[in-house]
Amino acid sequence: MAEIQLKSLAHSYSASPSGPDDYAIRQLDHVWHKGGAYALLGPSGCGKSTMLNIISGLVQPSEGEVLFDGKRVNELSPRDRNIAQVFQFPVVYDSMTVYENLAFPLKNNKVPAAKIKTRVQEIAEVLEIEDKLDKKARNLTADEKQKVSMGRGLVREDVSAILFDEPLTVIDPQLKWKLRRKLKQIHEQFDITMVYVTHDQLEASTFADKIAVMYDGQVVQFGTPTELFEAPNHTFVGYFIGSPGMNIVEVEKCQGAVRFGSVEIRLAPWQLDRLVDMKSNNIKIGIRPEFIEIVPAKSDDTYEAEVRDVEDLGTYKIVTVQLGDQTMKVRQDEEFNASIGSQVNLLFPGQWLMLYADEYLVQEQQ
Amino acid sequence: MDKIPDNRAWWLVLPVFLLVAFSALIPLMTVVNYSVQDIFGPGQAYYVGTEWFKEVLTDERLQASLIRQFAFSGAVLLIQIPLGIGVALMMPKSGIKGSLCLILVAIPLLIPWNVVGTIWQIFARGDIGLFGWAINEIGIDYNYTGDTVDAWLTVLLMDVWHWTPLVALLCYSGLRAIPEAFYQAAEIDRASKWAVFRYIQLPRLKSVLIIAVLLRFMDSFMIYIEPFVLTGGGPGSSTTFLSQTLTTMAIGQFDLGRAAAFSLIYFLIVLLISWLFFTAITHADKEK
Repeated sequence: MAEIQLKSLAHSYSASPSGPDDYAIRQLDHVWHKGGAYALLGPSGCGKSTMLNIISGLVQPSEGEVLFDGKRVNELSPRDRNIAQVFQFPVVYDSMTVYENLAFPLKNNKVPAAKIKTRVQEIAEVLEIEDKLDKKARNLTADEKQKVSMGRGLVREDVSAILFDEPLTVIDPQLKWKLRRKLKQIHEQFDITMVYVTHDQLEASTFADKIAVMYDGQVVQFGTPTELFEAPNHTFVGYFIGSPGMNIVEVEKCQGAVRFGSVEIRLAPWQLDRLVDMKSNNIKIGIRPEFIEIVPAKSDDTYEAEVRDVEDLGTYKIVTVQLGDQTMKVRQDEEFNASIGSQVNLLFPGQWLMLYADEYLVQEQQ
Repeated sequence: MDKIPDNRAWWLVLPVFLLVAFSALIPLMTVVNYSVQDIFGPGQAYYVGTEWFKEVLTDERLQASLIRQFAFSGAVLLIQIPLGIGVALMMPKSGIKGSLCLILVAIPLLIPWNVVGTIWQIFARGDIGLFGWAINEIGIDYNYTGDTVDAWLTVLLMDVWHWTPLVALLCYSGLRAIPEAFYQAAEIDRASKWAVFRYIQLPRLKSVLIIAVLLRFMDSFMIYIEPFVLTGGGPGSSTTFLSQTLTTMAIGQFDLGRAAAFSLIYFLIVLLISWLFFTAITHADKEK
């Protein structure tokens, strides 16, 4: 086990990067603490896999440092970093049996035979493939193969960390959920640092204690699922986490408020104070659909909007409203009823109305 | 759909029938025809049954030649297959160096057989050939025209030089087809170089190795021109392999009956051994 630190890391796959667009990872500082269960969440092509391969040593970063327990490991190969990695698509040694596959990393580490046997048995039981141990790996189905791939990652006890690169892509949904729980159990049982790459927020939040959200080659927020939900540090986190994502509206400054079209949105006094010093013109406000209230009475704090659409999702409803020239989503209970075209009063509770400058959250100064 | 019975449909089989007849049966039947008769001239043919076969099988000259042939093919496979794999493993994976290597390795394959024989006949000569001269110069007495062992080694070396590139190219293509993910997984699993070879590369080379083994076996088992040009089968008959014995019999002595019976046996041996190799390799790691 080790603490993994990435220090001003950047990586470009081109030999002579000419601009920020050539970088898969841009200037990134991050620490994965010892024994944590982490998820690395982001859309396809945001640099997640690159980051994972840099940690494991399959890819050499073009700039910056990778530190294991404070020691620079940039020059070390994956075998010397003693790290386990499970790939997106199953890689099994198909001339070997399942047992031999699982025993392979241990054999390479010169683990005594008796120890190998108990350990393989243990992992096979966890993954529920103990009845397949004598089968040739090539005769397995795709999800059995992926279990074997995962097993090879989990079988070593002394690893610095286990990295998972979207390991459940080829697994069918029901089993997916089970395996995710399994991984979590394994984590609790063995207390190994685990980093789990995924583009699925649900997968990330069921597996991980803390999630790093990656966007455009950068970690834009690192926090618990609740933190990501309640205080997205970046407009992308707001948009990516939650279903539907955060309502984000581009606004301009005006006297004592911000404005889009003819609608003026009142902000908290500290937000206005911070806004005054800001030179940027890229100002946005954001509020989650879950936090917008629809109230019966019109008041100074409400905004009048028109209902455009009501979607019934079974246990709740998503209401699309038009406020000025912007549409917003509002989450309402099953009981909510409004005809399309009718007027409603929206209330934006102050603690949930976020202000973003240059895409990053503007926070209250301590 | 209703089936319409119409026996004219049998005509549709005709093209296949003709093709098989011309490609395999008719030419072969000529040999079969000669192998069971003693033919002196037009209208002077006598049916002799299996007599030629019995004679051929008990002929000591042929037996000796057959044993030599097996020894030669065995040596060819034992040297060329591992060597070919080794060369393929050492070749650069891609880029200009890879292409250059491919061309250099492939050159011997482009040289006609009799030219190969001629090259080595001169190259290995003790007086004017660079190779023969150099060997003698470092103090080893080497003379492929006089010494049986030297002649054998020279024929073998010539074949290795000529045909190992084929094995190497086949293996190279097989190695390039292995996805990078396997090497990455092996690196993560801390596999040694040997383990990578044994458990990733070798199993995935299996299909090309079947082709390589079969091709090299069949070709070496039928070798004719190269030793004929190099040593003429000598010294004595030490490098006279099966096809040379057969040619001497058929053309030199015009002993067509025996030659035909011998040809059939020759053909059956090649067929049998190829089948054995194929089944042995493909069944080697089937699940019990």
